[in-house]
Amino acid sequence: MTAPGGISVSARDLTRRFGDFVAVNRVTFDVRRGEVFGFLGPNGAGKSTTIRMLCGLLAPTAGEATVAGFDLRTQAESVKTRIGYMSQRFSLYEDLTVEENIDFFGGIYRIPSGRKRERKEWAIRMAGLSDHVRTRVAHLSGGWKQRLALGCAILHEPPILFLDEPTSGTDPISRRSFWDLIYSLSGGGTTVFLTTHHMDEAEYCDRLGLVYRGELVAMGSPRELKDGFPVERAEGIAPTLEDVFVSLVEGMDRAAGPVAEVRG
Amino acid sequence: MVERIRHMLVKEFLQLFRDRHMLRILILPPLLQILVFGYAVTTNVRNATTVVVDLDRTASSRDLLSRFFSSGHFRLVRETADFREAGELMNRGDAGVILHIAHGFEGALRSNRTGDLQVIVDGTDSNTASIVLSYAARITAEYSGGVRLLRMERHPVPFPGPPSVSIASRAWFNENLESRFTFLPGIIAFIVMLVTVMLTSMAVVREREIGTLEQILVTPITPAEYILGKTLPFALVGFGEILLVATVGVLWFDLPFRGSLLLLFISSGLFLSTALGIGLLISTVSRTQQQALLTMFLYFMPAVLLSGFLFPIANMPPAAQGLTYLNPLRYYLVILRGVFLKGVGVRVLWPQMAALLLLGVATLAVATRRFRKTLA
Ligand SMILES: Nc1ncnc2c1ncn2[C@@H]1O[C@H](COP(=O)(O)OP(=O)(O)O)[C@@H](O)[C@H]1O
Ligand SMILES: [Mg+2]
Repeated sequence: MTAPGGISVSARDLTRRFGDFVAVNRVTFDVRRGEVFGFLGPNGAGKSTTIRMLCGLLAPTAGEATVAGFDLRTQAESVKTRIGYMSQRFSLYEDLTVEENIDFFGGIYRIPSGRKRERKEWAIRMAGLSDHVRTRVAHLSGGWKQRLALGCAILHEPPILFLDEPTSGTDPISRRSFWDLIYSLSGGGTTVFLTTHHMDEAEYCDRLGLVYRGELVAMGSPRELKDGFPVERAEGIAPTLEDVFVSLVEGMDRAAGPVAEVRG
Repeated sequence: MVERIRHMLVKEFLQLFRDRHMLRILILPPLLQILVFGYAVTTNVRNATTVVVDLDRTASSRDLLSRFFSSGHFRLVRETADFREAGELMNRGDAGVILHIAHGFEGALRSNRTGDLQVIVDGTDSNTASIVLSYAARITAEYSGGVRLLRMERHPVPFPGPPSVSIASRAWFNENLESRFTFLPGIIAFIVMLVTVMLTSMAVVREREIGTLEQILVTPITPAEYILGKTLPFALVGFGEILLVATVGVLWFDLPFRGSLLLLFISSGLFLSTALGIGLLISTVSRTQQQALLTMFLYFMPAVLLSGFLFPIANMPPAAQGLTYLNPLRYYLVILRGVFLKGVGVRVLWPQMAALLLLGVATLAVATRRFRKTLA
């Protein structure tokens, strides 16, 4: 299932252009098996574009990537059976019920009929929707929708999970229980690649990549990042991830000069 | 493959039957259209509103005029001696026809001269006007024939009348030239096209809009499976519409069905494949459902005008005639009229069927290619 050395996702100089605009610029990173890897960056940094390339939804302009040991360009079909994806926007069928959505995605993933029932019950329990099996998804609240979307994305038990801003638009309690879920999945060996623009949430990740204007500007565990980038603070308090990020970004903007500023 | 398509089908039908608005669109407009074309739209003229200005007031003039009203094509609304009043009625639209007989009509006939009948029609509706004039010509010719016979009887000497040719006319396949029999089969084509193109393009664009398309595309589903799963349900809906409209046409409007049901279904399948292909194509050039709807109407209007439904293809300028060869409606209309009215089979209709097959394969191929491209 996994590439040698326990690498689940590997990107080398991955690049995507839209016309002249470079949305993702020569990004290189590895994600280890069972790791919770976070892409942290402001809106428009290129997080979604990266994730969509890794899921085979968008062809890279240049560079290479392997997912679960399969080449994204040549073995996309093998990649697709081994990943789960939750997009930034909620994207289940609102006019179908909870159960119908699960049955549909279970069918599309061709889950063996022996396991189908079990997986369905698991997803319903995991999302806490046992009392709402026949409720139309449109009538569910944000937190429930999000957990149902996660359930549908992992019905087929993929070893790698891509989550694009999974907690945006949910309340703190839902967010909390969502992270519990992510940890339990990762504890079971699932690799989780997620994006976020919440600094506090980034702290929960095993490792982080900081992205800005399509470039990966730093990478490491939250601890390493905070220790590795000395930031002056008047009171001598330990720097937060935000401090690290802001100082890096300011450095970049200064280097790029006023011309690049216009593009921002 | 089959399993995935089955799930797509189930999902698509669940969504369709849950959408009350869409269901109404599927059932009401087709019924409305068939009622409109069955009842209201008829090129046969009945009860044309007529004013009589009979200044002769003789047995002969009354005899001639009564023939107009007993034909059923004309209805008397006013009799007047004032020609200006008649003109006023036509101005106001209360009369479409003026029948005017001047003094001395009977006298002229008696003395073996020609009697004059003036027929004035409202030319603002040129179509109705020319039909009314043809009725008037027929009725007058019959009357003249009678007058001529009388004269021959009265003058048994060999009458030097002109040698004449008489027409024995018969309209095959539609004996009474009922215009609704011409229109109803065509309505099937329009409804099926409208519904399938609309449903397909809207369904695909909606999935793109709400993001579920992306969610499906990360699964191992193949483009072929997705496209089949997305078009097959609407092909079934299309067949349902054909049955609905055909049943109402045959049972309610006595539309004859003289051909083979199997042939109808096979040809409809061929036609549907082009319609679905067009729907899919439209979905690839539209970002929103509104755009899809607009694009569909932009396609639909010329498609109907260039189908031969309202305007004979033979009358079109050569460039337009060339375009009609690319129009699936053109072929399907011939097939529908052939199957319903003429009762002809494959032996006659194979060129149309072959054309539909060709168009169907071509549109689906192009649509699939474009569809794949828009995904990456
Ligand atoms: N399909 C597209 N066409 C053109 N530009 C795009 C497209 N998708 C994304 N972009 C641009 O690429 C940049 C990065 O977008 P995205 O990856 O969505 O950022 P993030 O997810 O980090 O907020 C943005 O400036 C966005 O406008
Ligand atoms: Mg994003």
